[in-house]
Amino acid sequence: MRNRFRLAIIATSTALTTLILSAVPAAAQAPYRAPRTGTGKPDLNGIWQALNTADWDLEGHTARNGPVPMLGAVFAEPPGLSVVEGGTIPYLPEAAKKRKENRENWVKLDPEVKCFLPGVPRAAYLPYPFQIVQDNDNILIAYEYQNAVRVINMKAPTKSPADTWMGWSNGHWEGDTLVVDVTSFNDSTWFDHAGNFHSDALHVVESYTPRSADTLNYEATIEDPKTFSAPWKISMPLYRRVEKDARLLEYRCPEFAEELLWGDLSKKSGKKEPSK
Amino acid sequence: MTYRNVVFSSVLAASTAILLLAQAPAAGQNNGTFRRTPDGEPDITGIYDARTATPVERPKALGSKEFYTDEEFKAVSERLHKGDPTAPGVREVRGGGGAGGGGGGRDGNRVSVQYEKDILGYDVSKSNYVATKRTSLVVGPDGVIPPTLPEARQRNAARAAFTREHELDRVQNMNLETRCILSARQQIPLFPIEDSNTHIQIVQGKGWVAIYQELNHDVRVIPTDGRPHLPKQIRQYQGDSVGHWEDNTLVVDTTNFNDQTAFMGSSENLHLVERYTRVSDDMLLYRFTVEDPHTWDKPWTVEVPWMKANEQQLYEYACTEGNESIGIILAGARAKEAAEAAKTTK
Repeated sequence: MRNRFRLAIIATSTALTTLILSAVPAAAQAPYRAPRTGTGKPDLNGIWQALNTADWDLEGHTARNGPVPMLGAVFAEPPGLSVVEGGTIPYLPEAAKKRKENRENWVKLDPEVKCFLPGVPRAAYLPYPFQIVQDNDNILIAYEYQNAVRVINMKAPTKSPADTWMGWSNGHWEGDTLVVDVTSFNDSTWFDHAGNFHSDALHVVESYTPRSADTLNYEATIEDPKTFSAPWKISMPLYRRVEKDARLLEYRCPEFAEELLWGDLSKKSGKKEPSK
Repeated sequence: MTYRNVVFSSVLAASTAILLLAQAPAAGQNNGTFRRTPDGEPDITGIYDARTATPVERPKALGSKEFYTDEEFKAVSERLHKGDPTAPGVREVRGGGGAGGGGGGRDGNRVSVQYEKDILGYDVSKSNYVATKRTSLVVGPDGVIPPTLPEARQRNAARAAFTREHELDRVQNMNLETRCILSARQQIPLFPIEDSNTHIQIVQGKGWVAIYQELNHDVRVIPTDGRPHLPKQIRQYQGDSVGHWEDNTLVVDTTNFNDQTAFMGSSENLHLVERYTRVSDDMLLYRFTVEDPHTWDKPWTVEVPWMKANEQQLYEYACTEGNESIGIILAGARAKEAAEAAKTTK
């Protein structure tokens, strides 16, 4: 009985709160204004990390078995909501077929399994932190995964001399938002484990918008006329790693892919490292 | 992979650089070119080229002479520009990375690797790598790297013997450079590299300094807020770096190395202190001291001039993504074994 009474109170107060909140004037919901660096620009310095399952599948997905039965529930695929605006990615028919093939063979084909550079936007929502280091002319982003790094040029835009894994990044500020135009990709990175992919015509426009002291809103508009029928957009919050001693650690992952890639070429009786 | 050869600039530009260097003050002195970031910290940002013609160790003939006189320096510079193959440093390319070497210098033979530069397409008379008046990069009256202790020689000989015997048994026995984990030329501390990807970019945010090496896209983001090192059980290939400012100098202290990245044969107890000081608009002095009681009987110090580069950005250096050679090498080793086995059964 007492429980039910308490529930009733909670319900009433929730309703009241809702009423009060909806009565708050628009001014109180003005966009968050970020602290400034010495240059007067919004301060994005910090260690950030996505907290979602986009690296498994950008689109909405239910939990499912992982690829290694031995690892049981530890490496099963976690469920997640879509981070794609509108829910699904607008593939061209041929590309949709390829995505299906990719998905069926992802363990073999996903470049992350081999510890390859992740590309953009995937680098932002890998399950590892990254750090923004911001000075006047350049914004460096260091990713824990594979020591990947980008320097976003904040001066007059420049052109890449060649295609790359991490793209060629030119940035500018639009109000409090850092907008980064990324071009010159190769066709070898993926967006997730679910086989979502692109061609070398990929063009990504990222935006990083401070939304509170410890969160950013991250968006990426993805355009690739060889693969998609229209541009599409992903959106997610990024969270500051607020631990006192937070920092990037080493994740030099080539060594973790070696047995997979070349284990079958080992000498059958080959000795291991010398014992110390 | 970006393969940036020496940027050939005119002899005139090289001479200018040398002249600038001749006037550069000693490390730690403030000559008025000091500047601050908008956040109020000493500003060491920029893109630098760490090539230098100064040899790591002092030529024997110079004894304990640490600096050339102005006259001597002028003469040495002229010999360099004329491409005189006997000029100091000209025939020496540092950093190892040759076949069988590298492995993060595990065999302790890193500095001995030498290439004929003309084979790599260098025209010494036109290159713009520079020298200071120092007669060697190793600082002090000795001017040479101290000999390793018996303990270290034994440790490294055991590793070298294992490598000779078993390197091609499995990928995990191959050297770290071949495996795209850590090139001998990218591991800290940084000796100058002269063959490619010599550029280093420093970006500063408040309380952090990022040092980004083009070679194998290595980046260290170093806190300068006075925090302590990571707990001892966390060991890393590039150790754990924490920094602080002493006047205008960034001082970076690195420990927590793992036992794989022997620097010149060092152990995981290596303690590295690096000092970064801007001494002119064009030059950052990079000075490091290494100590390891399990490897050398005393610490030793190296000073390298880093010149402001002409480049506006670094280029992507992908490595493991195109690493076809490991599969080929191992397949070759297995084929050889199979052929030998077939011979013995005949």
